Amino acid sequence: MQMSGAQMVCEALIAEGVKTVFGYPGGAIMNVYDEIYKQDGFEHILNRHEQASVHAADGYARSTGEVGVAMVTSGPGFTNAVTGLATAYMDSIPMVVISGQVPLSLIGTDGFQEIDAVGISRPCTKHNYLVKSVKELPGILKEAFYIARSGRPGPVLVDIPKDITAEMGEFEYPKEISIPTYKPNYKGNERQIKKAADAIKKAKKPLLYIGGGAVLSDASELIRELAKKTEIPAVETLMARGVMGAKNPLLLGMLGMHGNYASNMAMSETDLVISLGARFDDRVTGKLSEFAKYADVIHVDIDPANIGKLVDVDYPIVGDISTVVQKLLLALEDVNTDNYRAWREILNRYDELHPQSYQDSDEVLKPQWVIERIGELLGEEAIITSDVGQHQMWAAQHYPFDRPRQWINSGGLGTMGFGLPAALGAKRGNPDKTVINITGDGSILMNVQELVTASEYRIPVINVILNNHFLGMVRQWQTFFYDKRYSETDLSYQPNFKALAEACGGIGFDVTTKAEFDAALKEAIEQEKVCFMNVAINRLENVLPMVPSGGALYNMLLEHKDQ
Amino acid sequence: MQKVRRVISVIVMNESSVLARVTSLFAGRGYNIDSLTVAPIPGSELSHITIVTKGSNKVIEQIIKQLHKLIPTLKVIEHEEMVEKEMVLIKFPIDENLSDIAALCSAYNGGIVNVGVDMVIAMASDEPVRIRHFIEAAQRYSPCEVVRGGVVAIER
Repeated sequence: MQMSGAQMVCEALIAEGVKTVFGYPGGAIMNVYDEIYKQDGFEHILNRHEQASVHAADGYARSTGEVGVAMVTSGPGFTNAVTGLATAYMDSIPMVVISGQVPLSLIGTDGFQEIDAVGISRPCTKHNYLVKSVKELPGILKEAFYIARSGRPGPVLVDIPKDITAEMGEFEYPKEISIPTYKPNYKGNERQIKKAADAIKKAKKPLLYIGGGAVLSDASELIRELAKKTEIPAVETLMARGVMGAKNPLLLGMLGMHGNYASNMAMSETDLVISLGARFDDRVTGKLSEFAKYADVIHVDIDPANIGKLVDVDYPIVGDISTVVQKLLLALEDVNTDNYRAWREILNRYDELHPQSYQDSDEVLKPQWVIERIGELLGEEAIITSDVGQHQMWAAQHYPFDRPRQWINSGGLGTMGFGLPAALGAKRGNPDKTVINITGDGSILMNVQELVTASEYRIPVINVILNNHFLGMVRQWQTFFYDKRYSETDLSYQPNFKALAEACGGIGFDVTTKAEFDAALKEAIEQEKVCFMNVAINRLENVLPMVPSGGALYNMLLEHKDQ
Repeated sequence: MQKVRRVISVIVMNESSVLARVTSLFAGRGYNIDSLTVAPIPGSELSHITIVTKGSNKVIEQIIKQLHKLIPTLKVIEHEEMVEKEMVLIKFPIDENLSDIAALCSAYNGGIVNVGVDMVIAMASDEPVRIRHFIEAAQRYSPCEVVRGGVVAIER
């Protein structure tokens, strides 16, 4: 069928089952927006900044498992989107971003709103395309979706010059696709899996180390089954919260820089690490030479480049987590769970010795209380997004995450300003769920314009601003490591958050007590409007435990005198 | 950690920006490129890139895996047993001893390939180590310009 390049874009999105596109128009992408106006196959959400469009598509993808789609114009539209691409890239989120480009004849002339989008995005996309002819457009769009969602997922950019969206061509959307140079391996080597299973049977102190790949692979049920059958204790990374379920007796907690005592000690003393979709990030390992130093390592990952990158691996298994865990379960039919009993008892004692805890107060609200309270009231029902900083770590430590895709945060890149737009995307993808963005007084201002988007489209996300009038995490480091020289971290000067939310069509609450918090949350849920809950918390509260940067995982600061 | 020299052949789709993908991977991850050559493989849609690099065994392993991860990469070949060749062009003043230069070149599979009014151009092609020797030996004839071609390699 003959149609314009712009129509092809819309038809391809519809063929891919896309329901929501987040974007922002501009000169070079106008032909596509003209077609969006005429079609009714998908909805378009107009964010108020391109970065927010990409984060919203990202939050949509993380919460639903579908490919997120964002659309931006050339030049500044694209450069604004780069942080969103990098955020998704670092956390392996499936996404397709379509950008306009100046016409082919102007490329290379420093034309108005021209920038080398494929050049800039090369290191922060899984793959990218500059479309050079309308003939190749349908194939490229098909490839983009396929690459984004297959193998180790990631964002793909399709940069389309304006003349190509105007040009007519033959549209036939490919049904099947095969890229001879790209063949992800899902299966996992049978012999390696067998050897890994034998190692598990021989181990005395094995430990499941679960990463974000377990979420991406939808492997939660299988991993819970593996833990139950073997009774091997588990630790989760920041990206894996929810995989085991908060109530699971085998879950020790989160490990790493702000992991709990039992998790970090378990990793320090284990004799067999069973890594499922984790990548040994520096925030997890601490000092590498001390990390799991008594252990052999089984590493299951769909990306061969992750295996052996930081830690020497004894049992490398390249494959999809679900597929491999399924095979491991079969190979562990005769596992003797008594072998690990002594180990479980040691770890239980560690947890009793230093449980994840905090000192509550009657005078001032504690951020940990706020998070636990949200957990008590909403539990598994809510989707929790976050920005980056202390509030993110408190949320990861204290919220009772019960299922995967319930916890949405920028782990790898650590992008402040991610939370609110990601919450919009998550709510759009899960209209029946309550979506709470746990944020800070620093982060929330980095995409605060999205209040307007939320109001316009009636996307009632609740932003719980844990307000300590500080750039809290940097302040904490300054307290611990910079002799309390609070260089540029005092955020005492701030907007009236309640009025700000109201000015943008939402509702606001100032909260200073537990009773006020409960009342505000109840009303926020009832009102179904975008909401700011400005929660005044203890100014100098620290995130603990903490492994100082570059230190060994077992050397945790468990308390601090300024607490 | 001990750095080793490695010759890596990368077979890629011959499409636009594929070379940029390869080189920006090296730049972005802090890997070295000692030399790089690229040309299409006749009768196919593929190109052959030959990269000479240095790094610890761990780094070399990462380079190979990261190269493999690029979508347009079909194959990454890294082998201890490669036949390596390199070519070099050198410009000499015409008043140097041309018969000595010609004799030197022929010892390195080359010869004088162009004679101009003021200059002669000599060529040699040999193993990379020998090319280095050839360039050293050529110094006594006051070379004005030396252009090395970079290593090409093929599995034995």
